[in-house]
Amino acid sequence: MIPNIPLSYFFVVGTLMFFIGVFGFLTRRNLITILMSVELILNSVNINFVAVNRYLFPDNMHGHFFTIFIIAIAASEAAVAIAIILNIYRKFKTINVENVSEMKY
Amino acid sequence: MDIMFYIFSTIILVFSVLTVTSRKILRAATYLLFVLIATAGLYFLLNYQFIAAIQLTLYAGGIVVLIIFSILLTSHISQSFEPVGKLKTIASGLASVAGALLTLTVLLEHEFTASTKPPVDVNMESIGLSLLSYERDGFVLPFEVISVLLLAAMIGAIVIAKKSEEKVTNQENNKSL
Repeated sequence: MIPNIPLSYFFVVGTLMFFIGVFGFLTRRNLITILMSVELILNSVNINFVAVNRYLFPDNMHGHFFTIFIIAIAASEAAVAIAIILNIYRKFKTINVENVSEMKY
Repeated sequence: MDIMFYIFSTIILVFSVLTVTSRKILRAATYLLFVLIATAGLYFLLNYQFIAAIQLTLYAGGIVVLIIFSILLTSHISQSFEPVGKLKTIASGLASVAGALLTLTVLLEHEFTASTKPPVDVNMESIGLSLLSYERDGFVLPFEVISVLLLAAMIGAIVIAKKSEEKVTNQENNKSL
């Protein structure tokens, strides 16, 4: 842990980053930027996990492993999401969510 | 040590805002890269070198490159987004600020006392042993589930992204016609 930095500072950073991601998720209209907002949200959760692990439970590594699993899930989610986005682009010639209103083809 | 925390937090917050507000999509991806690298810096400060290395290689190296590739495949670099409607910006901003205030009041009201237990040494050996141990504090089940998930995601991504055969033959027919 870092001397002079209490755990709540990490919470402040994580919370602000999470809600910046939520803001982007709500305002963005492009599928790839929405995906980037989701990455921001996942990343802020990781910061909280690691900080809580280091400050409150330094004698085990549970938060550490949760972060590793979250990163793995984020990677697979990004890969599948980008495959879907490429497929949508091939069919609709756009990745703007407002123009992609048909789910069936 | 303290000052590094403030520097990394400032980088994270400033570039997060730029990521969700930038009009050019490639710039947004670059700002996201800065956010992820600064997060790796925070992990280094907390003495978790392994997870910081994963963050750098997998997030900053892998996911950002994947996102940039898909940007280059789907949009023009010079294209910039039209500004978001005022009502939508205000409504989303209010929702986010309200959520942040609620979460922060609840979090900061609670007193978290840092544990005084001696920290466990997080090195490659202990990480590998507890990832594959099936005793207490072992993570072998999530580890195996994650490996199956990664395989499924890989196959799924390939199947979804490849061109459908029907379409290809149609195109060939059109060409021959």
